Amino acid sequence: MAGWKTQPAATIAQPEPGTFALSGNWTVYGIGRVEKRVDALASTHGTQAVVVDGAGVAALDTAGSCLVQQLLAQLRKFGANPELRGWKQDFLDLLELGERPAPQPAAKPPRFARLDALGHGMVAGGLQLFEGLSFVGDVVLTLGRGLAQPSRLRFRPILYNIQSGGTGALPIVGLLAFLLGVVVAYQGADQLRRYGASIFIVDLVGISMVREFAPLVTAIIVAGRSGAAYAAQIGAMKTSEEIDAMRTLGISPLEMLTLPKLLALVIAMPLLTVFADVTGILGGMVMASTSLGVSFADFFDRLGLAVSPTSFMVGIAKAPVFAAIIALTGCFQGFRAEGGADSVGRQTTRSVVQAIFLVIVADALFSILFSMLNL
Amino acid sequence: MQQAKTENVIEMRGVTTRFGEHVVHENLDFDVRRGEIMAVVGGSGSGKSTLLREIILLQKPAAGSIHVLGEDITKMSEEAALDLRRRWGVMFQSGGLFGSLNVLENIGLPLREHTDLSDTLIDRIAALKLSLTGLEADAAKKLPSELSGGMLKRAALARALALDPELLFLDEPTAGLDPASADGVDQLVLQMRDTFGLTVVVITHDLDLLWSIADRVAMLGEHRVLAVGTMEELTQSELPAVREYFEGARTAAARRRAEHQPEAANAQERKVEKREVESTWKQK
Repeated sequence: MAGWKTQPAATIAQPEPGTFALSGNWTVYGIGRVEKRVDALASTHGTQAVVVDGAGVAALDTAGSCLVQQLLAQLRKFGANPELRGWKQDFLDLLELGERPAPQPAAKPPRFARLDALGHGMVAGGLQLFEGLSFVGDVVLTLGRGLAQPSRLRFRPILYNIQSGGTGALPIVGLLAFLLGVVVAYQGADQLRRYGASIFIVDLVGISMVREFAPLVTAIIVAGRSGAAYAAQIGAMKTSEEIDAMRTLGISPLEMLTLPKLLALVIAMPLLTVFADVTGILGGMVMASTSLGVSFADFFDRLGLAVSPTSFMVGIAKAPVFAAIIALTGCFQGFRAEGGADSVGRQTTRSVVQAIFLVIVADALFSILFSMLNL
Repeated sequence: MQQAKTENVIEMRGVTTRFGEHVVHENLDFDVRRGEIMAVVGGSGSGKSTLLREIILLQKPAAGSIHVLGEDITKMSEEAALDLRRRWGVMFQSGGLFGSLNVLENIGLPLREHTDLSDTLIDRIAALKLSLTGLEADAAKKLPSELSGGMLKRAALARALALDPELLFLDEPTAGLDPASADGVDQLVLQMRDTFGLTVVVITHDLDLLWSIADRVAMLGEHRVLAVGTMEELTQSELPAVREYFEGARTAAARRRAEHQPEAANAQERKVEKREVESTWKQK
């Protein structure tokens, strides 16, 4: 096999009718060119007897033996009875090896493939919903047990998760909220200036920030940061049997993994939202003073009147709900991972997409609720 | 490559490996001859896996030279490295099969990547490798996560053999297998070597494998190769560290060898029986 690159490739010739002469290297790298020719020769051969002469074959491996077997099988299929001649004993042994089973053809797709996929999708979606609800139920029960017996709560992981999911998110949340404030003020400034109502920029920025944008932008960032991390961590633990190990050690994975994450986010998210409120209004304030000439002092005076404590509280009240949605979705999708690395990746994607979707749905429901309550 | 049959396919000279302050190998020499089954043994942390990773271009030594199939792998181009990689097969300890591909696709992947064969022929070759390693045909369509430990090892071996390599590296091929499957893997490796003239380097702790198929055994320790030789030579070594390693299992293994007869068909059954006898004996 030495010098495999420079050796002559496999060839097949037909010196006279009824004889195929094989020569060269019938190895995995040598048979690339000859494969089509083998098929062509075999299918046009017809039914007369045929000799497959291997005297010129310099090297043979399992790949080559597969191709020779394919040739023989095709000849037999067309009614010819091939005879091997001139092969070395080693090569004959290898050929015998290649005679082993051909792969079964792939299963036929069902007749109504799309309808079939739709049905499977519906069932899978329904099951997932059901499993999700049962997961939430389990978590609530575990939480109940934890609250009834606070020594069961794991404070160290809670604090750790507050640090990683809360404190760690401060810079990016602050920056994004600031930019959002700038954008909102900039868009509003143009309209308000036309009516000479520049000072209402404070109402616009203040109310939209504290009621909607700050909680929402915080939730989206946290879903991308922490929600994805939870799904990936739990998913990887699931595939490496760590979750099973935990269960057999008598430790509830929900108590050990999910509860600290849930509680940590529920604590951290409102605080992050307050931070986003502040930096967002700051961004609006900077924009108001540069493009509308509303001074910082005027802005502050107006802010107290424009943004009622209710508006502020409405925004903050959403945060724990969003936090619960993110933590539960991340953990739930993580626990659903099975198999290997690609499953973990899929579940992580799903956790982020579903968390953001559910957060926005929840936000819409909040809007309806608050308008019914005249808040 | 024009050397005689007894050439060394792997030659390591003065290899030194360090991870920060931690020295793994120091001035290590190691040779593997063409066509032999070379087993590498040694205590935990003696650098067996690191040795393997250096030979298969996954890690660079701090000093020394490594020749594989006549090429100096410590200073070779990316292109030459790729050529070399196509000439060996590696079976990793935990399989290293790709989770998103089924077994047949896993085996066919190197063929699809490095040859221009048709899909039909590739599937045929992959199915052949699969049956060579003793896996049922219905395992072909399964994902690696659906396989048992023994099946996983066999599938990994089939993938390592996909390109009909000249050199085969096995990292703990029998670890975690039941005795019958472990014997199956042993015999398989032996059969592959005899059929294809492979050179095999195997890292193992499995004494049965060492006694039954290894031509030579290299024992690592004290940052170098402590001793190389047949099992018989090693068990009678004058070095206390080497004797100690094989002690205990020695008597049992020697007895097993004494009883070992060439009829391979019965050998497997007998071995299983004997293992049961031994285990009951150990319990006493």
